[in-house]
Amino acid sequence: MPEVLKAPLAVEFPFTRSLSPVQSAFLTGLRERVILGVRTRDGRTLVPPVEYDPVTAEEIGELVHVGVTGTVTTWAWNHAPRRGQPLDTPFAWVLVKLDHADTALLHALDAPGPDAVRTGMRVRVRWAEERTGAITDIACFEPYDGRDSEVTVNAGEFEDPVHGIVAQARLDYTYSPGRAQTAYINALAERRAVGERCPSCRKVYVPPRGACPTCGVATAEQVEVGPSGTVTTFCIVNIKAKNLDIEVPYVYAHIALDGADLALHGRIGGIPYDQVRMGLRVEPVWTEGGGYPDHYRPTGEPDAEYDTYKELL
Amino acid sequence: MTRDIAVVAFAQCDTRRSTEELSEVEMLMPVLHDVLAQTGLKTADIGFTCSGSCDYLAGRAFSFTLALDGVGAWPPISESHVETDGAWALYEAWTKLLSGDADTALVYSYGKSSPGSLRDVLTRQLDPYYVAPLWPDSVALAALQAQALIDAGDTDERELAAIGARSRATDNPRAQLKGPVPQGDYLVRPLRTGDCPPIGDGAAAVVLAAGERARELCERPAWIRGIDHRIEAHSLGVRDLTDSPSTRLAAERAGAFERPVDTAELHAPFTSQEVVLRKALRLDDATRINPSGGALAANPMMAAGLARIGEAAARIHRGESDRALAHATSGPCLQQNLVAVLEGDPR
Repeated sequence: MPEVLKAPLAVEFPFTRSLSPVQSAFLTGLRERVILGVRTRDGRTLVPPVEYDPVTAEEIGELVHVGVTGTVTTWAWNHAPRRGQPLDTPFAWVLVKLDHADTALLHALDAPGPDAVRTGMRVRVRWAEERTGAITDIACFEPYDGRDSEVTVNAGEFEDPVHGIVAQARLDYTYSPGRAQTAYINALAERRAVGERCPSCRKVYVPPRGACPTCGVATAEQVEVGPSGTVTTFCIVNIKAKNLDIEVPYVYAHIALDGADLALHGRIGGIPYDQVRMGLRVEPVWTEGGGYPDHYRPTGEPDAEYDTYKELL
Repeated sequence: MTRDIAVVAFAQCDTRRSTEELSEVEMLMPVLHDVLAQTGLKTADIGFTCSGSCDYLAGRAFSFTLALDGVGAWPPISESHVETDGAWALYEAWTKLLSGDADTALVYSYGKSSPGSLRDVLTRQLDPYYVAPLWPDSVALAALQAQALIDAGDTDERELAAIGARSRATDNPRAQLKGPVPQGDYLVRPLRTGDCPPIGDGAAAVVLAAGERARELCERPAWIRGIDHRIEAHSLGVRDLTDSPSTRLAAERAGAFERPVDTAELHAPFTSQEVVLRKALRLDDATRINPSGGALAANPMMAAGLARIGEAAARIHRGESDRALAHATSGPCLQQNLVAVLEGDPR
């Protein structure tokens, strides 16, 4: 079996998330270097604050200040920080119960080593220099041997509260398309279209995905199809796609390659858009180093009879 | 409950660190063929099909629709999908059979973690406002739970190592890690590599059937006497990480405490989580824990929970158990928990 194809794949997305009033107050507070909790009906203070009581599901919203110092309730030493984590030198993950709060907040603790960390130790917030209204406005916690925080300010309104966050996320993969699609892509590099036949219903799938979706069995017998084919149906694209250097209007079509039992899709060129029709016979046009047909153009043959492709619509 | 529903077949593939030569459907298909062959059923005979998977693992959008190619879903079948472990797909199929809409169900799930960096991928399931921006990885969160257990005197590093060693002493031919494995260095202290599950690609499938249909398809069906799932508060700092009230409640609702079970298949990806589950489920040494090796021997994401139900059922099929508990989990630090109680007919 030839080497399986692999390629790097980065999935990256910025989620723009709106905030509830409670979340907005908490994150705006971080920007202003204060930490807010929310009071439950039975008098507990939850930090970080949520909109609903996790026990009773009651809507809650009474905000109160809590300390910027607190106590570690559990910890874990991370000797090899990963991308995106709060510190790039070894640190402890900690759950910290801030003074005057009844629940713990997850964050990082900057400490010289695991021997300097223990459950019950006192810590305080180290603020990020640039703060935007996000959980990362707390840069991390650091060991602290002073007094408990005095909380004297009432939780009030902020000027210019944050109403949303932009959550960046990036995940890196090494993508492999598997056996069947590797064979298809390798054949394309030689400007050939190779499908696979179902051993049960005998249909030829192009591109092959390794399984017959009708019979649920593996396809393995390779069948060269095309190069010419028939337009089974098409649409006229009138809106220019971003980063796509093709003049509109143009035609995008389903094309049944000769010998294939499934139509694939491609752009039709070399003919005015308003002359493309069902049954039009087309052939691929390759460009140097393209890896797949750039588009399909008319072969000049007479149109295919409807009956020859009606099952492939 | 108006109908008796049983697991009548279970299949899984070898869990492997990488299956780069296979697409997801190519990996899954042999498992589907295996589980159907055990019952003699064809896709067209199945009343309802439900799957569990997660696109983030392989970074492939809508991968579950491609996986359906392996089922043979044309002409259109009655089908559903959950974006979590297949144990929850089984729960959905169980309710479908209970309703009388179907007599048989195919449940499958698969996970291909090898293309990505699993520890980072799993951070994306966390609270997006307060937690995910810190990228706390799955091992780090489990380590916080382990330290809480050690601080509470519930366990120590030696006991955790023994749980890993016992799990990997399995004779399960499908396991990814078997036999003596060094306990290794700290991955995130206090968890060492031996306390953590291997990362692997794999798939599992079961067939469910109701009433007489189950008896026709299987010599000794594994009857689902009860099944329930519950969830913890999502904020880690609100929870007591040394306990699992959601597991206990699910077990109570599933009838697990009515009589002792002889076998328990627990989905505890980290050694420390077995300590939590044993406490929540009140399991003592009279119950055989994870003869399959559990998630510490093979932990294909999205399939390892369904495989716990499958493994427990298969022991009943083989006459090696009469009453078994199966547990599945999802999320950080045992966030969500499902408990099923399975029984064989008296012998």
